[in-house]
Amino acid sequence: MHIPPSVTANADSAAPIISVRGVNKTYAGGFQALKNINLDIRRGEIFALLGPNGAGKTTLISIICGIVKASAGGIIADGHDIGRDYRAARSAIGLVPQELHTDAFESVWATVTFSRGLFGKPPNPAYLEKLLRDLSLWDKRGEKILALSGGMKRRVLIAKALSHEPTILFLDEPSAGVDVELRHDMWRMVRELRAQGTTIILTTHYIEEAEDMADRIGVISKGELIVVEDKAVLMRKLGKKQLTLILRQPLTELPTELSAWALAISDDGHSLVYSFDTQKEETGIAELLRALSAHGIEFKDLRSSESSLEDIFVSLVHQPKESQA
Amino acid sequence: MNFYGIRAIYHFEMARTFRTLAESVAAPVLTTSLYFIVFGKAIGSRMGDIDSISYGAFIIPGLVMLSLLNESISNASFGIYMPKWAGTIYELLSAPVSWIEVLLGYVGAAATKSVMLGLLILGTARFFVPYEIAHPVWMIGFLLLTAVTFSLFGFIIGLWADSFQKLQVIPMLIVTPLTFLGGAFYSINMLPPLWQKISLFNPVVYLVSGFRWSFYGIADVNLAVSIGMTLGFLLVCLTFVWWVFRSGYKIRR
Repeated sequence: MHIPPSVTANADSAAPIISVRGVNKTYAGGFQALKNINLDIRRGEIFALLGPNGAGKTTLISIICGIVKASAGGIIADGHDIGRDYRAARSAIGLVPQELHTDAFESVWATVTFSRGLFGKPPNPAYLEKLLRDLSLWDKRGEKILALSGGMKRRVLIAKALSHEPTILFLDEPSAGVDVELRHDMWRMVRELRAQGTTIILTTHYIEEAEDMADRIGVISKGELIVVEDKAVLMRKLGKKQLTLILRQPLTELPTELSAWALAISDDGHSLVYSFDTQKEETGIAELLRALSAHGIEFKDLRSSESSLEDIFVSLVHQPKESQA
Repeated sequence: MNFYGIRAIYHFEMARTFRTLAESVAAPVLTTSLYFIVFGKAIGSRMGDIDSISYGAFIIPGLVMLSLLNESISNASFGIYMPKWAGTIYELLSAPVSWIEVLLGYVGAAATKSVMLGLLILGTARFFVPYEIAHPVWMIGFLLLTAVTFSLFGFIIGLWADSFQKLQVIPMLIVTPLTFLGGAFYSINMLPPLWQKISLFNPVVYLVSGFRWSFYGIADVNLAVSIGMTLGFLLVCLTFVWWVFRSGYKIRR
């Protein structure tokens, strides 16, 4: 897929491609959707914005794209203020919305041509043909969107968003309601776009996808950005390991001498789960095993596991603010 | 100026017209033809001349104006309401287009369609009634000015409406009655003095009067007043649309 490099002549490649400063949004009904959001998106990265339903992800994306007005704060996109210099800022952005909003009675070719023109680009049938071929839409170019499946409509929205060759691509819940094949195709395409220099910001409910795809993760909850971190660092910092010991004899309660360890007995009493911090030098496993032996608690098997991004996400959005990283 | 953006909107809207040619063109032409048959031929043959013009010929400017107003409003209101209804307005709001460019695209296409239709109706009228156009340049000028002004008005209705019912309510309850009472089928000089005065509050009177003057050189109200009133309404609509886009009313949350 041909996408022009995102580093433009007048843009500093070290500067963030999107800079959000002090953005607040309170809707007419009084609901505060965003609270003092500050966020930098790096040029050329895949940034995953995670958060529960109603957290403010779509509102933030909509403000950056110009669909929703911020109540306060400022945003720079590709070196341009989205308010004062909206033409240049919006020209750099492509948006694939969450909902399948399409011109039902238009053909695929007509709607993609429309999008390119709307964003101020001269006609380029060769580029659009390649785009549609890459998205497996070329054979459907003459069909009305109404007649396409949900997955194909999602591809059309992606084609529309890429029709003007943006350097920033927003994907708002792109995997919602699509089958496995399309999801894999889409993530392959996202990787290709990133390789060509496009910055990609996505929101998703499929946290394993963020874990697989993203360079950095932002977690938003109740309108507040509670963490922004490199994915690897986030998982290292907030990830926990667990050691599960399968006992020979079930336990009903732990000896008080073992209360120093973060141990939990399973409901059936047949296993002990020890949680430890991967960041600490000493995990305490050796001491624990010795203490268990000293108290006559024998085990027949053991296994260890590591927190997934989903575990981290759940703990982040549910723990009190003051205890968040 | 985003010329490609204007062109994209304009082409998109015009393509919609040609895709629904039967509804867009055939229906208004058929309706107007029926008016000519009923009012021009059947009833008109029993009516006397008005200012030395046969009744059939007298109602032509009014009938063209009737279609022009309805079509301008319906084309423009539907044009902007559809993206709102379908949700595709997100693309317009996130595109590098200014409100004036959006207007040029939507209102330009709506006005083009209604002018085409107006000329088509004029051509159709030839089959029923012989008529002359005394001031063809003025006639085209009035046609364009009215089409643009009422397309702008339709655009406002489309922005305001949040249901298909609301889209219809102003044209049905306000515009159509004003058009019928605006002198399309009669001269307001035929009314009692009180109703003549009341009619002067009807903006359509000025449109029909000016348009009829361009055909036959006769007018119910002064030509300059007709043009001034139409331009004034155009200005009010423009100001309102400017405010809508600036404030985001009904379109940008």
